[in-house]
Amino acid sequence: MNILAVDTASYVMGVALLKDGNPLGEIVTHQKKNHSVRLMPAIRTLFSETDMKPGDLDRIVVSEGPGSYTGVRIGVTTAKTMAWALNIPVIGVSSMEMLAQNARHFQGVISPFFDARRGQVFTGLYRSEGGRIIQEEEDRITMHKDWLQLLKEKEEPVIFLSPDIGQHASLIKEELGEWATAASSIGNLPRPLELAAAGMDKAPGDSPHTFSPNYLRMAEAEAKWLKANKKNKED
Amino acid sequence: MSKDTIILGIETSCDETSVAVVKNGREVLSNVISSQIESHKRFGGVVPEIASRHHVEQITYIVEEAMAKADIQVEDVDGIAVTEGPGLVGALLVGVNASKALAFAWDKPLIGVHHIAGHIYANHIVEELDFPLLSLVVSGGHTELIYMKEHASYEVIGETRDDAVGEAYDKVARTLGLPYPGGPHIDRLAHEGKPVIDLPRAWLEEGSYDFSFSGLKSAVINTLHNAKQRGEEWSKEDIAASFQASVVDVLVTKAMRAAEDKKVDRLVLAGGVAANKGLRAELTEACGKAGLKLTVPPLELCTDNAAMIASAGTFLYWNGNFADDRLNGQAGLLLK
Ligand SMILES: [Zn+2]
Repeated sequence: MNILAVDTASYVMGVALLKDGNPLGEIVTHQKKNHSVRLMPAIRTLFSETDMKPGDLDRIVVSEGPGSYTGVRIGVTTAKTMAWALNIPVIGVSSMEMLAQNARHFQGVISPFFDARRGQVFTGLYRSEGGRIIQEEEDRITMHKDWLQLLKEKEEPVIFLSPDIGQHASLIKEELGEWATAASSIGNLPRPLELAAAGMDKAPGDSPHTFSPNYLRMAEAEAKWLKANKKNKED
Repeated sequence: MSKDTIILGIETSCDETSVAVVKNGREVLSNVISSQIESHKRFGGVVPEIASRHHVEQITYIVEEAMAKADIQVEDVDGIAVTEGPGLVGALLVGVNASKALAFAWDKPLIGVHHIAGHIYANHIVEELDFPLLSLVVSGGHTELIYMKEHASYEVIGETRDDAVGEAYDKVARTLGLPYPGGPHIDRLAHEGKPVIDLPRAWLEEGSYDFSFSGLKSAVINTLHNAKQRGEEWSKEDIAASFQASVVDVLVTKAMRAAEDKKVDRLVLAGGVAANKGLRAELTEACGKAGLKLTVPPLELCTDNAAMIASAGTFLYWNGNFADDRLNGQAGLLLK
């Protein structure tokens, strides 16, 4: 199976190609730069470096969120439109599940996360079973403090993976002490080849038309509107 | 025999997802517009994040529908033209990235189009443009006078220094308690009322083609406020008529003066506010008197649509003016 994988859910940008299920190449950058400007040049470069053509693809895998709304939308729009244009399926993989792949050999639970501002994180809980990553707690947006409390109650080792680890490291240490394990600096970064592999076994949805990001959160205006209207009804 | 040029146009700069297929810059084979207006109404204006989400959900459906309606295949498409700005950046990004994906998947050239150039070219669909011409662009985000000496060449000779015309309409409409979008409501009420209130007209410095509408908007609010304090009440119809008279007076007077100074004999009206009946009527009369040819697009080509983007993009295609993979959505893109 020939697969293109695209990840723009965090500031890390990654694209990878698999040919007959084997890694062919990847381009990853870890800089805070514009995904919209850089994604398509990276895709074209990877295809030309590996002598692949868009028509060779069997499916496109994309990190569907959670993450930066704009970032996720750039990847998802590119992936779904290209999939539709080529008449092939698009497969969404949680950006948390993608990141969790990096801790495949960890004994304990895996907590990948992205910073979501104001003390919040996008996160989820995973575990490695026989070399496969399975989900233990649903992806969510939550106050990091509350999340760490929940993990503490599990009383087992947790490995934290995040490109935003720097700004959260001291809180993790404070709340979880010895239960917390830090990943290597490379382990904190989402890798597009892992995304491609994770998307290989998943069944595609109905059609690229209906595929959209998993934001995990309503638009702020909508949430406020609902809240205000609920209040009006109660009054 | 020369081959036809078929351009697929994509427009997502605000709250309409639109895709069109245009032949040789003038013949609209399809122009599908999916409006989100119902989704934004309850917020009293367009919410950027919600607009962006809708665009992602709609985009491939609309491309498919536009191609089916035009009855064309991928092989028939010569290029993909997309609005790169100005507009809501998150919304623009969906159209731009979708277009890049199509261009890459289908191996077609990509063309970046300025949204206002698109509005001007809505006129080319109606009637073949001849030059030099002057364009009056009026919309929710723009109020500009643009001089064109030839195709795909733009010189902005006047622009608003504060609110755009459409913005002023929406704000005054809100003051009058009219639903969003307010422009059409004011236009309708204006025809039922009389311009009895003397509202200011911002002419600015001698010879300037620039516009300013924030003072007018404040004058309307003050007039309402003062009347209320005196226990009087103006009819909504008369307020609308007075406001509209002031706006139209300034727009038409400046456009006619610019047309004379620039020695053009064609004026084209562009942008969403071009749908305004009061403006159309006054401009038609003034152009008639001055012996100027005037083009005004039909309603469906005044508001945001992709046919206008495909039309403007066709000239860039013919000029070999292509975009590369780094094309980006730009909220404040300037017209050059
Ligand atoms: Zn517009």
